Amino acid sequence: MAGERTVSSTGILGWLDQRLPVTDFWNKHVGQYYAPKNFNFWYYMGSLALLMLVNQIVTGIWLTMHYKPSAADAFASVEYIMRDVPWGWLIRYMHSTGASFFFIVVYLHMFRGLIYGSYQKPRELVWVLGMLIFLMMMAEGFLGYVLPWGQMSFWGAQVIVSLFGAIPFVGNELVQFIQGDFLPSDATINRFFALHVIAVPLALLLLVVLHLAALHEVGSNNPDGIDIKKKKDVSGKPIDGIPFHPYYTVKDLFGAGVFLTLFAFVIFFQPTFGNLFLEADNFMRADPMVTPAHIAPVWYYTPFYAMLRAIPDKLFGVVVMGAAVMILFLVPWLDKSPVRSIRYRGPLTRIAITLFVASFLILGYLGMQAGSDLQKLIAQICTAIYFSFFIFMPIYTKLDKVKTVPDRVTMHEH
Amino acid sequence: MSINSVARRLLPLIFAAFCASPAIAAEEVVTLMNSGANVSDQASLQRGAQLYFNYCAGCHSIKYMRYSRIAEDLGLSEDEVAKYLNFTGGAFGDTIVHAMPPGVGDKIVGSEDWFGVAPPDLSLSARVRSSDWIYSYLLSFYPDPSRPSGWNNTVFPNASMPNVFWERQGIQQLRATAHATEGQEAAVPEEESGGHGHGPVFDVVTAGTRTPEQFKQDSRDVTAFLEYVGEPAALQRERYGIWVILFLLLFTGVAYLLKAEYWKDVH
Amino acid sequence: MAAEPVNHGRRRFLTASTVVVGGVGGVFAAVPFLSAWLPSARAVAAGAPVSLDISKLAVGEQLVVAWRGAPVFVVRRSPEMLSVLSGETDRLKDPESANTAQQPAFAQNEYRSLKPDLLVLVGSCTHLGCSPKLHPKAQPEVWDDQWKGGYYCPCHNSRFDLAGRVYNQSPAPTNLVVPPYRFEGDARVIIGESEGAA
Repeated sequence: MAGERTVSSTGILGWLDQRLPVTDFWNKHVGQYYAPKNFNFWYYMGSLALLMLVNQIVTGIWLTMHYKPSAADAFASVEYIMRDVPWGWLIRYMHSTGASFFFIVVYLHMFRGLIYGSYQKPRELVWVLGMLIFLMMMAEGFLGYVLPWGQMSFWGAQVIVSLFGAIPFVGNELVQFIQGDFLPSDATINRFFALHVIAVPLALLLLVVLHLAALHEVGSNNPDGIDIKKKKDVSGKPIDGIPFHPYYTVKDLFGAGVFLTLFAFVIFFQPTFGNLFLEADNFMRADPMVTPAHIAPVWYYTPFYAMLRAIPDKLFGVVVMGAAVMILFLVPWLDKSPVRSIRYRGPLTRIAITLFVASFLILGYLGMQAGSDLQKLIAQICTAIYFSFFIFMPIYTKLDKVKTVPDRVTMHEH
Repeated sequence: MSINSVARRLLPLIFAAFCASPAIAAEEVVTLMNSGANVSDQASLQRGAQLYFNYCAGCHSIKYMRYSRIAEDLGLSEDEVAKYLNFTGGAFGDTIVHAMPPGVGDKIVGSEDWFGVAPPDLSLSARVRSSDWIYSYLLSFYPDPSRPSGWNNTVFPNASMPNVFWERQGIQQLRATAHATEGQEAAVPEEESGGHGHGPVFDVVTAGTRTPEQFKQDSRDVTAFLEYVGEPAALQRERYGIWVILFLLLFTGVAYLLKAEYWKDVH
Repeated sequence: MAAEPVNHGRRRFLTASTVVVGGVGGVFAAVPFLSAWLPSARAVAAGAPVSLDISKLAVGEQLVVAWRGAPVFVVRRSPEMLSVLSGETDRLKDPESANTAQQPAFAQNEYRSLKPDLLVLVGSCTHLGCSPKLHPKAQPEVWDDQWKGGYYCPCHNSRFDLAGRVYNQSPAPTNLVVPPYRFEGDARVIIGESEGAA
């Protein structure tokens, strides 16, 4: 019979299930989705990233109710939100703090992927989709930062858009194309607003859905890098797996509680976070005639910014900065290790990861500073280390000692 | 030692390091005096408001503030605001513009002729420059015949603003020192410098109507008021924050018990 | 692996507790978002009470002033205008101003005003919002050959008397709204604010 499905549920749910796979979806992705039982601290980051995405969308929607995307009114409209709109200050701080917390969570999430080999077959696409999400987030953060139209908004836009001017032949036209004007102006704010509020969020949502679908298609990795589907019990369930609901729903709820407490602390007590989340110069209205003494991007871009500044040549600097992000896409194919998790890899990989993280953090710090000759030298060395992590990966991952990977997952007592 | 445990020990340190360094992305390290401004001190805010409207509002606007908001936050009635603060004749709910003729955007027509630059709006000055800067600035004026206004300032060299508080502060001369006044150097009156040459040193030439301690308090009050003006929500923000965090701790605690109970199943 | 038996009661209790605490949190979290829809300080300032000088308002004349985006009529009524009010009771839908939503308590009287001679009304027809026109003279009119003076709304023919009370057969359902107002001496009326409610 056309269109008839037999379902076991009754009532309203049964009515829905005959027309949409509601219960099936729940079972497949939540109720009967078997995840490894040995998830640790690093495995909170996925659900927290989703929480932050929801936060940015909801607070963002509320901000668009009062924000005015024009060069004349933008800055004043943000102050209007901070002062005249009931609770506007809280919604604004949730959004600005949320952006930074989103990046903290995502960087930790990416780190987890690196150390546990979550990008290895069959999860290469999960990693690639994740990297696309990261790219979209970087775009979204940049576009959003321009909107308050403070000094940093304007001059940050000026600097970053001018990077496109480095491209040979089309550079200058491209800059005007992006800006819609000869300098970042009203035209720029308006289109950045459209991109920030609709275009990029839609792309992000699509990518997040694909990211989760790709993950669920093959199942989650775990800190031991073991494939839990290899050992199943009599009913076909992985013996080292537990259903996502209720075990990881309650665990992630607890994780969210801890995270929101930290989030609230920053929002209510340190919303500028020592000038890192909201920069002092951005409380000054944009002035094309006056350049701030010190232009720096927000902290989550500074590692890449430091690389840009370390390279003397403008075009090559842009290429290196772009390559630093794009090379992450290649990790699934650069890693030649037969073993996923760092727990069972040798000293070469551990040293490589440590150097990589250290160089990334140092570059991040340097990107915030005004810059000196010594700092430039250190930045160049760290850039070299950063790229070495990837370039030499096929070699050191192959040469490295491997420990025997156990059959069953290892767990600490809960 | 696993990556896990190293990272878990490293992260809180990084977090704390960021918390501890307030000017991590700012410019050069500056020597400013600690303002001691306290926005929770309502009396200080009230005094600061009165000083602001008597000495500053003639030239400067605080266009993102409303009289009604100041009344609400500082515990003043509409009448008190009209009597002690509102010299522009604006309505109670209006934003606060200065008494000088209206100009175009942020510029006051003619003010550039008078001062060389339009007196800026001060709504966000405390957020851009910091309270310590404002406090130090107010204390660092000295006479300088080479300037059109007759005044200069070690914290903001060649500022176009005269020392509006000179009658209260008195007049202090800048002692010529080996340290060129590079800017951002706060004034240290003679009795405090202890000869350490820490910054420029001032010699009091004429006493003002206020003692040095009183004038410091005046400056502190004005600074506190401007800090409040920069972020009026700050007064409520921390109060609500305590409750929110307590509630979230409760939620986290209950969620933990729930999680632990279910995870008894997992071995 | 053998474990203690599952304590379902405890699980139900803890689940319920988490849901309740979470639910309360959700409600608290919703408050700022819902409040952000309320009129902002800017809207409140723009809607602030309006002060009107009535020292030059002659008997039988009307002043119109804007308050919260609507016209407000202020009429100085003559003794003759006041005397016809009691005779219209049978022709009115709500002669006693029983519908308390349409006027403050101080205007729930035969003149619908604080002072008998001064009428203050929101000039917005209670049908669909057109602005009715004052026709103060008691003379036969096209819409009513017994016209004793009042307001006529040209959009759909609603009629109101000289206290703003709506006539039968008008599409408008209720009397014209009397806004909160108070006097400052004899020469000023403050529209938007009642005595003591400032």
